[in-house]
Order: sequence, then C-alpha cells, then structure tokens
Amino acid sequence: MSGAPPAPPVTGPGVLRGGLVAPDVPRGGPAGRRLVVASLARAKVEVLQFFRSRDAVGFTLALPVVMLVLLASIFTEHVQGTPVKFSQVYTTGLLAGGVASTCFLNLAVAVAGERENGTLKRLAGTPMPRTAYFVGKALMVLTTCALETAILLVFGHFAYGVAFPATAWRWFTFLWVTVLGATSMALVGLAFSSLPRTARSAAPVANLPLLVLEFVSGVFVPFTSLSKTLYGVAGIFPLRWIAQGYRSALLPQYFVKVEPTGGWDHLQTALVLAGWCAVGLAVAARTFRWTGRGER
Amino acid sequence: MAKELVVQARGVRKAYGGTVAVDELDLEMSRGEVLALLGPNGAGKTTTVEIFEGYRRRDKGEVSVLGEDPERAGWAWRARRGIVLQDNQDVVDLTVAECVSHFARFYPAPARPADVIEQVGLAAKADAYVRSLSGGQRRRLDVALGIVGRPELVFLDEPTTGFDPEARRQFWDVVRDLTAEGTSVLLTTHYLEEAEALADRVAVVNRGRVVASGRPAELGGRQDAAAEVSWFGPDGWQRRSTDRPTALVRELEAAFGGEVPRLTVSRPSLEDVYLRLIGQSGDVGAEGALR
Repeated sequence: MSGAPPAPPVTGPGVLRGGLVAPDVPRGGPAGRRLVVASLARAKVEVLQFFRSRDAVGFTLALPVVMLVLLASIFTEHVQGTPVKFSQVYTTGLLAGGVASTCFLNLAVAVAGERENGTLKRLAGTPMPRTAYFVGKALMVLTTCALETAILLVFGHFAYGVAFPATAWRWFTFLWVTVLGATSMALVGLAFSSLPRTARSAAPVANLPLLVLEFVSGVFVPFTSLSKTLYGVAGIFPLRWIAQGYRSALLPQYFVKVEPTGGWDHLQTALVLAGWCAVGLAVAARTFRWTGRGER
Repeated sequence: MAKELVVQARGVRKAYGGTVAVDELDLEMSRGEVLALLGPNGAGKTTTVEIFEGYRRRDKGEVSVLGEDPERAGWAWRARRGIVLQDNQDVVDLTVAECVSHFARFYPAPARPADVIEQVGLAAKADAYVRSLSGGQRRRLDVALGIVGRPELVFLDEPTTGFDPEARRQFWDVVRDLTAEGTSVLLTTHYLEEAEALADRVAVVNRGRVVASGRPAELGGRQDAAAEVSWFGPDGWQRRSTDRPTALVRELEAAFGGEVPRLTVSRPSLEDVYLRLIGQSGDVGAEGALR
C-alpha cells in the first residue's frame, strides 16, 4: 500500500509525506479533481455524522457556556482597578479551552474510535486518496470549532456583557488565532490518536494531559496567579499562546502590562502555533495507522 | 487455452514475530472463478487474503493480483477490486442509501447506488440508519460497499459467520448474483457447506499453506474414493468398503432375492475429506498431490 514506484515529483494540493498521503496521490488534472470530490464527500459525511450524534453535539457546544456560567457566578467582581469584569477575562480562557476540546480532544477520541470500528480500514481499502480523510476531518473540526466559539462569544455578550473585539484589527487577530489554534490542535490530536491502546481508553488518555495543560495555560485559573516556571513550561505548548491571542483580541489594551513580556507577542504566538502544526503533521505522517493495534 | 489469472501467488511467507502465519503458500485463481479458501481458525486464511487485498506486506514470495503487485499498486488498481470486511461497526449514523452513495464517490465508474442496494436486497431499508440493521442486513451493506465500484474481483472474508441458516442462504443468493455477472470472488470460510454451495474450486489451507485444492466434489480424490455400502442382514448391520459398489449391490440383490434391507451407498463427504486434510497435512505435502 505504500512505496510508490519511481515517478516524477508529485505536485499539487495535499501532497505531504509518509503515511498521511497515499503514495498514489494522483498526478495531473483528473487527480486533483479526484481529491476534491473525495474530500468534499468526506467532509459532508463527517459533518452529517457529527450533528447526528446529538448528545455529543449538545454537550460539546454547551461545555464552555456552562463553564462560563459557573465561573461568572463565582467571580462576580471586577478586575482590580479596572471596569472589566472577570467574566470577560474568563471568556478569553474558555475560548482557548474550547478550541482545545473541539479540535484536540474530539479528534484524538474520534480517530481512535474510527481505527477500532473499522472506518479507517474500510476507507484505506477503497481508491479514496488518503489525504481526503484528513481534509474531511479538518473541515468538520473547523465547523464545530467556529460554531462553539460563536456560541460562547454571543452567549457571553448577551448574558454577561462580554465585549466583542473592539476594532477590525482585533477581529482579524481573533480570526487568525482561532484558525491557527484550531489547526495546530487538530493536527496534534490526529498524531495523539495513535497513542491510546483502545478506543475506550482514548478519552481518559487524552483528557489528562489536556486538563493539566488547561490549568497551566491560564484557561481556568488566571495566568497571573501561576508561578513563572509553570507558566514558562506551558509556553512550550500551543494552548497558552491561543489563550494569550484571545486576550489580545478581547481585553482592553492596558491589560498588556501584566503579560510576562509586556507585549501581546503575536509573532511568537504565530510561530509557536505554526511549529506545533508542523510537529503534529510530522508525527501523524510517521505514526498514523489505518488498522487497529490488536490486528495482525 | 490458458485462462487469465486474477490471483497468482508463489512462495508467499508472512511471520508475526516468531509465529509463521503464511508459509510458502502457492495459489492461483482464474477470472470468473469463485474460489473458497477453507481452513481452521489460525490457518492463515485472513493473512493470505489481506496480503492479496493490499492491507498487509509479505515477508517474501511473489504475488500478482489483477496483474499488479498489491504492495505497489495504485488507486486505479484499488478501484478494480472490492473488499468486504469481516466485522466492521462503522458508518452507523448514516442511512444505507447515504452510505452507498458516499462510497460510490471514490470510484471512477461506480454502479448506481440504488441498483446496488436493490441487488443486495436492502431496497426496503434504503432510508434506515445503519445502526438499526440486523446482523445479516449489515453484512449485505458491507457487500454493497464492496461492489459499488463495480470491481472485477471481490474478497469476501468469512461473510456469514454468526448467521442463522436462512440468512446464510439469502446471502448465498447475493453472491450467486454477483458471480453470474462474471465477477471473480475469493471467499474465505470455515463452513464446508458454504464452500460446497458457492465455490467452483476449494483450496484447503492449513498451517499457512495450501494442502489441497480442487472442485468441491473432487477434493482429496473424493470422486474416486472407496464407497461404503451398508445394509441390514440376517446377522445385523453389515458394512463394506469397495471400489465397485454397483457390483456389490447387484450381488446383494441376488442374495436377498430382491430388495436389500436398509441399503445405503455413500462416499466420503467434503467434511470427511477436509478433516483428513487438516489432520494430516504434514504428510500430505505439496498441492497437486491430491488433485
């Protein structure tokens, strides 16, 4: 299934490396068309299946909202010396946490499940270009992530007076942080999906590192109350930067003073997130398995 | 005239760690043929088929399926063969029609999804969710997904395991329709009556190699084997093994002066031959010895 015969260098969209892509990614015109047709077919089925598991949809989308209600009811005061309510600060953290759970957790668990129930094996047996599976997943995850982010922001706005990004520039920041954050989290989730031994263990295996990351990245606890070391370690991972990106889009400019560097660090955020995209992709490309671990 | 071969395997070997699953396996299959791989659990049937399907790499040996090496073949080759998997639990949140249409999108010249659904006898269930199907219906959907690309060669891996007899017979009809259209079918099974009902040729696999192959009626020299004649005589049950049962029956008729009480003439069943083959495969040696 792998090991293409010697052929001219492959060009075109979706040509990556290793196991993520069929060695036979088609060349030339009809090939690109095949990839587009198959990717759109996958995306349609992915979105359809996601929205048909209504309990999963409901709870996925409700989780950040419920967290905001809880946190806003516990911390009702304003941030010291400012007119900004804590709910505004928590919204930025919960947006980041939402991206992590809809992208990382969702994919790590769903792909492990599809490996076990035979979805991946069946697809690998068809002429579908393998890239199409990943494109389909990406489109599904971006759809749910956009929905979840919008619901949290709109709910926060009307329930707690959470302010929308104040300028077009800040909306732009909000957008690229969401897209880059979601992509990096999704790719890491894809790579992570090969780690759990079974589909049943996928959720707990993925949850623990995520929860730790959420705490040290300032999702549930304001980052200012974390030790410098802890927050520094969190800087290795993408989540802290996504949270910082949302702060830069949603909090008044003077909040920048409490950031460790005294700046919003947009360049560094973009670099770290892009770096994690590359790491996730490289690991997934080398380790992605189309059949279950127990099969021989 | 030599028939075109859709599967040709020579000296195929596959080991997992220290366990040899397939060991110097030779096999040939002609276009249009229904070949059943018969063997006990763990004999290497599934590994063999997965090597042919392209799911698994072999350690050594030569394999050609539809003229290409499955390890190197590309998407066009993948479109020419169809795979019916053993126990998938996927696509449960789609309807039968959605599911078949979805998989049709991956093939260059698929059949009409509605026709395929009709062909496997699921027309009444086209709009039902896959999760609501019974085990037998689910397997027919698996067949529909395996043939929607109009393959030349279909792999059916233990398709009726766990079926009740009625569901099994209905499933056989689906396979017969398929083969009537000229599709080649490689079937693995451990049900002897399934092999006898469907297969043009049977290959018995034991300990990773083909120990015998031939038409079901002739496997292991069944057609020439000694017949067993039994009857109820004055001294009770009599039983005799003979190469010339007709002559013996004639003698008995003369001796009894007419009808022979409780007369039966039988030859070894496929099951007898099969059990002999897998019991003593070490002595049976290479394929051909038993043809």
